[in-house]
Amino acid sequence: MPYHKFDVVIVGSGGAGLMAAMQLSHKYSVAVVSKLYPTRSHTGAAQGGVAAALGNQEEDHWQWHMFDTVKGGDYLVDQDAAEVLAREAIDAIYDLEHWGLPFNRTADGKIDQRRFGGHTRNFGEGPVMRSCYAADRTGHMILQTMFQQSVKNQVQFFNEFLATDLIITGGRASGVVAYSIRDGDVHTFSAKAVVFATGGYGRAWRITSNALACTGDGMSIAYRSGIPLEDMEFYQFHPTGIYHVGVLLSEAARGEGAYLLNNEGERFMMRYTPSLQELAPRDIVSRSIVQEIREGRGIDGQDYVYLDIRHLGAEKIREKLPDITDFARTYLRIEPITDPVPIQPTAHYAMGGIPTNIDGQVILDEKNTPLPGFYAAGEAACVSVHGANRLGTNSLVDLIVFGRRAGKHIAKMLDSGELDYAELPANADERTKQMISRIRAGSGEHAETIREEMRDVMTEMCGVMRTEDKLQQCGAKIAELQARYQNISIMDKSSSFNTEMMEAIELGYVLDCAEATVESAAARKESRGGHFREDYPTRDDKQFLSHTLAYRKDDGGVKELRYKPVVITEFQPKERKY
Amino acid sequence: MTTTSAPKVQNARANMVKLTVRVKRGAPGAASHWQEYKVEASPLDRFVDVLNHIKWTQDGTLTFRRSCLHGVCGSDAMRINGRNQLACKTLVADLGYKISAEPMLGYPVIRDLVVDMDPFFGKYEKVKPYLINNSPAPATERLQTADQRKRFDAGTKCILCGACTGSCPSIWANPEWVGPAAIVNAHRFIFDSRDEGAAERLQILSDRTGVWRCRTIFNCADVCPREIPVTDLIEDVKRAIIYGEPDIPNT
Repeated sequence: MPYHKFDVVIVGSGGAGLMAAMQLSHKYSVAVVSKLYPTRSHTGAAQGGVAAALGNQEEDHWQWHMFDTVKGGDYLVDQDAAEVLAREAIDAIYDLEHWGLPFNRTADGKIDQRRFGGHTRNFGEGPVMRSCYAADRTGHMILQTMFQQSVKNQVQFFNEFLATDLIITGGRASGVVAYSIRDGDVHTFSAKAVVFATGGYGRAWRITSNALACTGDGMSIAYRSGIPLEDMEFYQFHPTGIYHVGVLLSEAARGEGAYLLNNEGERFMMRYTPSLQELAPRDIVSRSIVQEIREGRGIDGQDYVYLDIRHLGAEKIREKLPDITDFARTYLRIEPITDPVPIQPTAHYAMGGIPTNIDGQVILDEKNTPLPGFYAAGEAACVSVHGANRLGTNSLVDLIVFGRRAGKHIAKMLDSGELDYAELPANADERTKQMISRIRAGSGEHAETIREEMRDVMTEMCGVMRTEDKLQQCGAKIAELQARYQNISIMDKSSSFNTEMMEAIELGYVLDCAEATVESAAARKESRGGHFREDYPTRDDKQFLSHTLAYRKDDGGVKELRYKPVVITEFQPKERKY
Repeated sequence: MTTTSAPKVQNARANMVKLTVRVKRGAPGAASHWQEYKVEASPLDRFVDVLNHIKWTQDGTLTFRRSCLHGVCGSDAMRINGRNQLACKTLVADLGYKISAEPMLGYPVIRDLVVDMDPFFGKYEKVKPYLINNSPAPATERLQTADQRKRFDAGTKCILCGACTGSCPSIWANPEWVGPAAIVNAHRFIFDSRDEGAAERLQILSDRTGVWRCRTIFNCADVCPREIPVTDLIEDVKRAIIYGEPDIPNT
């Protein structure tokens, strides 16, 4: 069976994975294992911008950025991590610029910046221009720039390899197993350090902005390996997905001044958050939209409202929001220059994930015990800088800052010889082979029925608004689907580019993520950020100012939930008002 | 403030049509064949939704790439009704009741609609598609005016889907040719005021597999899902080779 040996194996070729690779490839052998060609990664879909307190347009300070991040996350953010995020964002942005990222420019030739939801001056006084951007394709530019640098630095890619297992020997991570989509072979990678930068799992819901590839692969593999998943109940629903399709219309539209209108033509956000209006954080805007729809103020009584950019004028729209207006034209046949665009909340981003410390090291418990040699970064990880709700533009900041830190920490550990190869067991790929054989020999239903039922139940019962009763039903349904999944079957028995096999494996991953999400949500009897419980509508710091850690039973299902204290340094929890 | 009358999105969705989809299927070493599928879809469905529907409910062996589903990742470029397009950026309404799908021309087929993109990325790498600037970087950003930024904007939109290169008769005739996508990505740096590698790239692109094999057929610009004026950019590069340097605004 194919066997490889690299100092570092990085799973995932989005912003975080490539940023980590960049810190290492000049000195160490690095393999990037990706189930897609690298430029297909979902980082490329990020639109609006990447925050850093450069102060190019107006006064700004990283402390303000840190505060906004903590408050935006409803005080569940680990403040040591938020400090790192806000401080190091500045250097990371300059790195990207030096690598050629084509930022939009100010009149004096500096990186241009604009407003974004929840980013404020002077600890909440009013909106601040902090988001560095390249039109409305900032993520695309970051991904392209990172890939260009990877080409320059001759990073070795294993494209169209689906990761299937993490190898742990003697209490440390020592390799990865992956399924080659191209020819069906199972490859074993031996490594001194492993990085998971595998992104999120928006595909657990019906309406989502996420690519079909966003199936929580790394999270699930870690969870199956006995590593807990942190804060999975905190999932972000972005307010402005294109109606029915889920494709995102960037918050940049509201940053540039777009309105949200109900069926009475009212800018309803004025009622919910008078100080920030449409630029309130995403959890609040999404809940407000759902509330409007529930009270009969959706357009034509349907489940959507309008995003209106007509008053911005054709020129500004063309210059600053070209892609998202193109999306409206393509998928709705609507001209946003002359007509408002139907939108609804769309499943967008996992605040939770594989728990790490601020160096990207994966931790195993509430005492922050690291698993040596194992790192995670980006959406797959939970540092936690986003707490209960991520601010717009902070996802790209997270990728570049913590991808960089993970890479740098690995470099340090390799320099000092603290990480080394382990002898891998002869049957390291056994679990993967069993899984593949089981799917190939399965006689039950096809993936589609299970996938559909999962998406429906997660959308109806584990979405923007939650209750005890619905979460219990949802948990039972996910358990049932997990059982049915064990007997899943496929029509395609080929070993050449078998995407049905790939999708079947991915369904298993996303089911695990859904399971951890709904169980963690049921246990958190409070409302905080993106987790809103109608039966417990207020935040309860006494009981729940802590991170959830969900552990899996060996034979499936959540074994236990543990809780880990939040790191509070500068900002004491206060009521979150805008 | 008034809202205009609501677009009847919902109604359009409910209005299903019957489609016949013909897919050219094949694998290396075997003769390709056309397979026909009957399927119902909404006119507002993307073609990739139709393919997924077939794969998930009729024929799990139907093989194609896809990921983002909204035209930004570049996975699902294929030849639809005889023209290279992204399956996720093309709606049923624009394709008619009988739709054909084939792998892009000019690439080795791996299986069905999946082609081998490795040679394509190899050509991309050949043009040094990364910023070359050996001067020490300043503590903050390198300055660039809005006009300088605009000069190379078109090429930055490229998602490396390969639709342009696969539509080019010159590449059908000579697979060694570097092709439009690689030139677009070279252009993106040649005309960037911060870059110092123009001479190296112009050298690479002036050889026998370089820009001169472009016969200005314009297929590339015609199919680009990002609306990049590909042929214009190739002409830009030709001019830069002739004049010995790219014309970049000084301010």
